[in-house]
Amino acid sequence: MTDAAPIFRDSPADRAFRPRWWLGRTAVYVVLAGWALVCLFPIYWTATTSFKMAPNVMQGHLVPFVDYHPAWLGWRSLGLSPDTIGAESTVRAEFLKRFRNSAVISLAASALAVVLGSLAAYGLSRFSYRFGPMRNADISFFFLSQLILPPVVLALPFLVLYKELALLDSRVGLILLYTLTVLPIVIWIMRDQFASIPTELEEAALVDGLSVWGAFLTIILPIAAPGMVAAFILSLVLTWNEYFFAALLTSTNAVTLPVMVASQTGSQGISWWSMAALSFAAILPLILVGILLERYIVKGMAAGAVK
Amino acid sequence: MTPEGDLLHVVTRDAISAPRRAMGRLLIWGSFGLLVLVAALQALDVAGQIGLGLPNWRPTLYAYGFWATCLCIGQVVLKGEQGKRLVFVLPAALFTVAMVVFPLVFGLTIAFTDWNLASLTGRRFNGIDNMAQMWADPFYWNAMGNMVLYVAAILVEYAIAFGLALLLAAEIRARRFFRVAFLLPLMLSPVAVSWMIGKSMLEARFGPLARLARWMGWDSPSFFGSPEIARITIMVMDAWTFIPLMMIMLLAGLQAIPRELTEAARVDGAGPWKTFWEVTFPLMLPVSVTAILIRIIFKLKLADIVINVTAGGPGGATDTVTSFIFREYRDRSNVGYGTLLAIVYLVLIVIAMTVLMKLADRLTRPRT
Repeated sequence: MTDAAPIFRDSPADRAFRPRWWLGRTAVYVVLAGWALVCLFPIYWTATTSFKMAPNVMQGHLVPFVDYHPAWLGWRSLGLSPDTIGAESTVRAEFLKRFRNSAVISLAASALAVVLGSLAAYGLSRFSYRFGPMRNADISFFFLSQLILPPVVLALPFLVLYKELALLDSRVGLILLYTLTVLPIVIWIMRDQFASIPTELEEAALVDGLSVWGAFLTIILPIAAPGMVAAFILSLVLTWNEYFFAALLTSTNAVTLPVMVASQTGSQGISWWSMAALSFAAILPLILVGILLERYIVKGMAAGAVK
Repeated sequence: MTPEGDLLHVVTRDAISAPRRAMGRLLIWGSFGLLVLVAALQALDVAGQIGLGLPNWRPTLYAYGFWATCLCIGQVVLKGEQGKRLVFVLPAALFTVAMVVFPLVFGLTIAFTDWNLASLTGRRFNGIDNMAQMWADPFYWNAMGNMVLYVAAILVEYAIAFGLALLLAAEIRARRFFRVAFLLPLMLSPVAVSWMIGKSMLEARFGPLARLARWMGWDSPSFFGSPEIARITIMVMDAWTFIPLMMIMLLAGLQAIPRELTEAARVDGAGPWKTFWEVTFPLMLPVSVTAILIRIIFKLKLADIVINVTAGGPGGATDTVTSFIFREYRDRSNVGYGTLLAIVYLVLIVIAMTVLMKLADRLTRPRT
């Protein structure tokens, strides 16, 4: 039974030890691990530094519990350590206010951009328009060209205009501006999303008696939802991290987290633990978003890049 | 630029009655009249002709919003089914026009004045004085030169991103872990990054990278001492945050290539090196061009890291145009001059991007 050669078998060349193949695999994993280290070390460094004390910083300790004993020094200065969390803390109140500002502004701006951008992208992918000499391609280009506009061109006019409109240092002002900056990206992603949905779906819906908007809202939107999530997350990343406009247009009420981080950078000297705690608190929400929703981000950018 | 997708053809028979038509017109023009009226009243108020005592221009803003809403509703009333289609694009268009065109025109009027917020004289038209000042401003042209260097660095970033994308597209274990790890730098705020890396990891005495440099034999590592090294440091930090962006686009492109093509090349006897250059790379050309163009656009906005790490120093060696204008405004309150610099920058960018896109178009056109 076993003495006959099996019909399906690996050829000797495949079964032999292949040093070149193993060498290649090792090299691939070494490079991957190396780059993962490059990507993750700064985050690790910030997280651990927030638990250090002065001697640990000076002596360059790296591994908590092995090199040094973690202390709550950095988090205490933010009012977020276990022993200060119950007590009143002006720093914490300040930090939470900034955090709320950042959250409200980035969420609202992303939501507004996704709504406006999806509608425009759907219209452009389905109907042919004509505004004077502008056809669909020109209108698309008009929207996408806003991406090229450097923020610095808009900054000073907006500063003056917002002053006249009493929108300076207000959340609404920043929300409107941020919506503008991410709108082209949303349109760019959503246009390809909608283009990949066959029009037969809507045609069937229209035959069944739905209006254009009814077909869009009940048939197309659910299909395009993953793309909208991707566009929303990308917008969220860009608006949460935005610094330039926030630094120019806010002073006390609507200051966002990046502005707070930047304003602390100079004043702290070598008390790294508190800066590290602040930085880490500022990047943590997006790290979580990145880990949990990575699939959507990749998908969204893939939709935009590959036609 | 836009592929004209298959359009949704709907045949509708709209019989819009004359009264409905009139109502639509009334709605649009009535609200427009209101907008003009409010704006005119406010202008007169500001000029001191009449005394309404309005504290700000908010009423005009509200009138604009009201007009925009009426315009959208009016389209449906006026044109029926056709109007419903217009309403998809109108909100975004009205929003963008209000937020871009108006400030840009306004910016143009500021750009030719000697407006300095610190001076008492206010705004005065000064013709081409700002132009002359710009022409003779070595720091501005220095910042421009830096931008060229920074943009040139994108080629290196592209090579690295392509390499990483190839690795991620290969058959590896723990692919999701590596993908998340490689993506994370993109999620971090550049301001936080400038502290995390620029201010602490690169700190000359205690920073881990400085320690590493000392261990490798660089006696007194200073990453921002000389202009060349400072520039390279800024480039590396910016690359660190933005390589994931290009990597993901390229990865998506790689995964869209049908497996049959590379298999066919292997059957035909091409080695991995040849397969890459003869099959993969040419197929990736359109995606590569898109990724590089997007990256250039982001690079041209580079400012946060420079402002927070070096503030342009040493001696303006790391300045980008944006960070330079930021300081021109922040430190010297030079609104008029700063705006002119920004607008010149915009014009140069538009020219450069147009040329680049034309070139890219020629490059990616299928060769026969």
